[in-house]
Amino acid sequence: MAYPTNYRYTREHEWISLTGSIGTIGITDYAQNSLGDIVYVDLPKVGDAVTANATFGSVESVKAVSDLYSPVTGTVTAINEELKTSPDKINETPHDTWIIKVEVADPAQVNSLMDAAAYEAFIAVEQ
Amino acid sequence: MATNTENSGPRTLGKVRPHQTQNEALVFEKSSPGKRAYKMPPLDVPAVDAAALLGAAHRDTPGLLPELSEIEIIRHFTRLSTWNYAIDLGMYPLGSCTMKYNPRVNEAVARIEGLAEAHPYRPDSLAQGVLEIIELLQRCLIEITGMDAITLQPAAGAHGELTGIMLVRAWHESQGNARRKVLIPDSAHGTNPATAAISGYTVENLKSNAEGGIDLEALAAQVDEETTALMLTNPSTIGVFESQIHKIADILHAKGALLYMDGANMNALVGKTRPGDFGVDVMHLNLHKTFSTPHGGGGPGSGPVACKAFLEPFLPIPVLARRTGIDGPGTRDSGTKGTGTTGQLCWNYDRPRSIGRVRAFYGNTGMFIRALAYILANGPDGLRQTTEDAVLNANYIRAKLEDLYELPYKTSSMHEVVFSDKRQAARGVKTGDIAKRLIDYGFHPYTVSFPMIVHGALMIEPTESESREELDLFIEAMRSIAREVEENPELVKTAPHSTRVSRLDEVRAARKPILRWRPSE
Amino acid sequence: MRYLPKSPAERLAMLAEVGAASIDDLFEVIPAEYRLTHDLDVPRQQAESEIVDYFRAAGEKNATGYASFLGAGAYRHYRPVVIDSLVQRGEFLTSYTPYQAEITQGTLQAIFEFQTMIAELTGMDVANASMYDGSTGAAEAVMMAVRVTGRHKAVVAKTVHPEYREVLATYAKHQGLHTTLVGYDSKTGRIDLAALEAAVTDETAAVLVQSPDFFGVIEDIPAIAEIAHAKGALLVVSIAEAVSLGVVRPPVEADIVNMEAQSFGVALSYGGPFCGVIAAKEKFVRQMPGRLVGQTVDSTGYRGFVLTLATREQHIRREKATSNICTNQALVALMATIFLTVYGKEGIRELAEHNLAKAHYAAETLAAQPGAKLLFTGAPRFHEFVLQTEEAPAAWSQRLLDAKIVGGIELSRWYPELGNATLWCATEVITREQIDAAAKVLAAAPVEA
Repeated sequence: MAYPTNYRYTREHEWISLTGSIGTIGITDYAQNSLGDIVYVDLPKVGDAVTANATFGSVESVKAVSDLYSPVTGTVTAINEELKTSPDKINETPHDTWIIKVEVADPAQVNSLMDAAAYEAFIAVEQ
Repeated sequence: MATNTENSGPRTLGKVRPHQTQNEALVFEKSSPGKRAYKMPPLDVPAVDAAALLGAAHRDTPGLLPELSEIEIIRHFTRLSTWNYAIDLGMYPLGSCTMKYNPRVNEAVARIEGLAEAHPYRPDSLAQGVLEIIELLQRCLIEITGMDAITLQPAAGAHGELTGIMLVRAWHESQGNARRKVLIPDSAHGTNPATAAISGYTVENLKSNAEGGIDLEALAAQVDEETTALMLTNPSTIGVFESQIHKIADILHAKGALLYMDGANMNALVGKTRPGDFGVDVMHLNLHKTFSTPHGGGGPGSGPVACKAFLEPFLPIPVLARRTGIDGPGTRDSGTKGTGTTGQLCWNYDRPRSIGRVRAFYGNTGMFIRALAYILANGPDGLRQTTEDAVLNANYIRAKLEDLYELPYKTSSMHEVVFSDKRQAARGVKTGDIAKRLIDYGFHPYTVSFPMIVHGALMIEPTESESREELDLFIEAMRSIAREVEENPELVKTAPHSTRVSRLDEVRAARKPILRWRPSE
Repeated sequence: MRYLPKSPAERLAMLAEVGAASIDDLFEVIPAEYRLTHDLDVPRQQAESEIVDYFRAAGEKNATGYASFLGAGAYRHYRPVVIDSLVQRGEFLTSYTPYQAEITQGTLQAIFEFQTMIAELTGMDVANASMYDGSTGAAEAVMMAVRVTGRHKAVVAKTVHPEYREVLATYAKHQGLHTTLVGYDSKTGRIDLAALEAAVTDETAAVLVQSPDFFGVIEDIPAIAEIAHAKGALLVVSIAEAVSLGVVRPPVEADIVNMEAQSFGVALSYGGPFCGVIAAKEKFVRQMPGRLVGQTVDSTGYRGFVLTLATREQHIRREKATSNICTNQALVALMATIFLTVYGKEGIRELAEHNLAKAHYAAETLAAQPGAKLLFTGAPRFHEFVLQTEEAPAAWSQRLLDAKIVGGIELSRWYPELGNATLWCATEVITREQIDAAAKVLAAAPVEA
């Protein structure tokens, strides 16, 4: 699966797409593939603060739990309610299934994250 | 009478053949109003009007329990039982589980009326029998572990770990500093870090060295004045004896930290060495592993905690004691003050430095009886021989499979051997698949994917209870599967093929949990 | 040695195949300074008949043939014989935890049935596969409330079993949990509602009560729930006598129910192994400790059962687990499942009514003796009651023992304010004869000069 070039990526396999000061966040195809079938997503609440590199929730498969790390600092403006009943959407379309939206404190923070090419190089090494 | 000579008579058919098992629905689905399996004797006291007596507390709608006759109940559970694998059927190669024979005499003596019917609050004068059993078991376990004191209160291994870490904490607090962190090797069982966390400590991981053991230099660098203890399993979860353990103890003790030993692998040590002799300060035992009490499908267990003398004052209350006089020291008796004869066993609650209780009453007495029966059946020579056979069996398996399965560590194995699925993974077959295929050969799988320091681990512990025949059948099965991986990997990847249910959809069970039966609308 | 299936010749042959000259080679890795050179100092190997004799003698020293009025968290009920016939089947007794679902459907289906029956009886949505016992279950239930609410205080009734409270205190110490004790009403023996209201704040994670409580009195659960929920605290109801649910309304207003199921066919066995279980409202299931069995299908569509929601547990979460618990109490839970199937919907009610009747008669008969008084008459009870006597319990309890009767337990060790009070329990196994005999002994108190 191709990695959208307009997204930015973290070393913890999250992606972020910025529109103005709103960042939309999900996990990458690499992450969903490593996890296996996702059974549950532990989401924060709207209004919660998130900090770059700190956890904001977790994703569970049958045999593993993975923490979700925020790529940016800000405040949660929306959570994807659909994930409460259909967490498998992340497996099917990881780059089109968002997890949370964040009002980013400093939009420029996103520039320090990996672009698609850098991320692809990064996961090639991981494998 | 399996042999492996050419002219051994009729060809052996291996361990298993398929046969029919009965289907059986849920009890609720077989229920019918009016069916009865019980009968109460007539009341010899006046009947009461429950609704009147209880008023608003009365239950109007009964719980939806089934209504069946006795034969249906016997058939239901008997049929269910035939769907289970069990030690009584064959070997469990599960690593660190020590699935040994559960002696039947254990079951018989645990059911002796005076013991099985004893209420925990009966007066001590009426409980001397069971108290003597507890005293003898304590003495034997102290001797086996080389420690100074023991509590039998914890209900299981994990519970014992918690108790042990609480003892450690209490001691540190008495020294003026509770300290903050517990060191745990990355090869450890999951209960270890979970225990440390719920005891209020942070967990610091200790990376294993190239041999899968503790790197002494790394340890020395990591231990500081904020380290409470190192939680170690010995032999480790890869079945290797930590031969530097006394040096590990010294490093810890030099910085005022303690050595906690997870006793899950005691089956490699009993009668050959004692943790108390190589520097362990506190440890737990698993009566349901080393001491033959039955697993029963997942419990009950029992997790005694043994410790050195300096930790003894902190043991959970109550502690077994003997009265030294008519009005013995600090004894709380359940109602017969003044009748205590000198030397009578009793429970001592006067323990000001105790960590408190970790459970109500005294522990899983039923399991104490079984464990003591096991110790008595073995004696000193039997216990040692048991350990020797356990280690011999594991090494035999290792020798017979190491040409086909990858050995990640070359260090010698004790009572368990860990392979990795590296060679099979090259053909797309993982340890979990091999484990499922083993079921078709009539065995329970070994421990899959643990310890985490070995990629694709196969953790095998045969125990001393396996005959050479059974071991040879196991080896034959594993060798056959290795061939299948080369010739027909799909067969292995889609196993098991012979069970009454095939691989179950765990994803569905976790996404949409159905945790109880409900009547259909 | 009877349990070791190898002949000396086989050992030698195997050693050869392993490439070891002797068994000592395989233990060389143990440094000589702590390798044992002599066998352990434990009793010599015993024949099976000697083992049986030893335990039989211990059993006799344990004095059988006494009528017992002891309760207080451990109850003597009749155990149908099918229980032991079934649980001693090797496929149940010697089976492992059902991690390999395809070959443990027997255990898994039985646990699923257990979970269903417990949920039905307690009025909760979901129950787990069992906990160690009621006392550790109570601590785990409170910890669960802490996780759910994110708060760190608990309010605990003084009428919760004293040893359960001690266990909670031990756990609480290490979790930074602060507990407040609330007393009881001297007329009813129930929790003091006014004091409870004053103690519960918006920092309270859990209110923990027991019903029937330690004195045998049934709590007003709806009233307690209202107080707890008004401040956003969870109500945890602990049930020490499971048979009460045959006739007492289930605590449906609770958020979490912690129950000791020993009464359901598990032998007293001097205090263990017992059978705890936690049940709760559906929305809390991911915070529940312990194993859970769920229904699913296999690849051909057949119904089957598996351990599920394992991500809560220690083997996956490790230091972030909901608890460190690994074992459940599968075999004793199976005893409970069989017990409940034998009694069934009608039987559990009839059994509970028998208990109620026996205790009612015992309370009236004993309280009618000179110098004896029934406490806490202002509220309904199940099968336990508190008797206060003019004569010190130590005196008449010895007289009772001489008559081969074990009377109620002295409460002064936990509730000194109650003076000469004792807690009595009468289950369906106690006879009218034994009650009358006890009353006679009680009545024979020496006259005060």
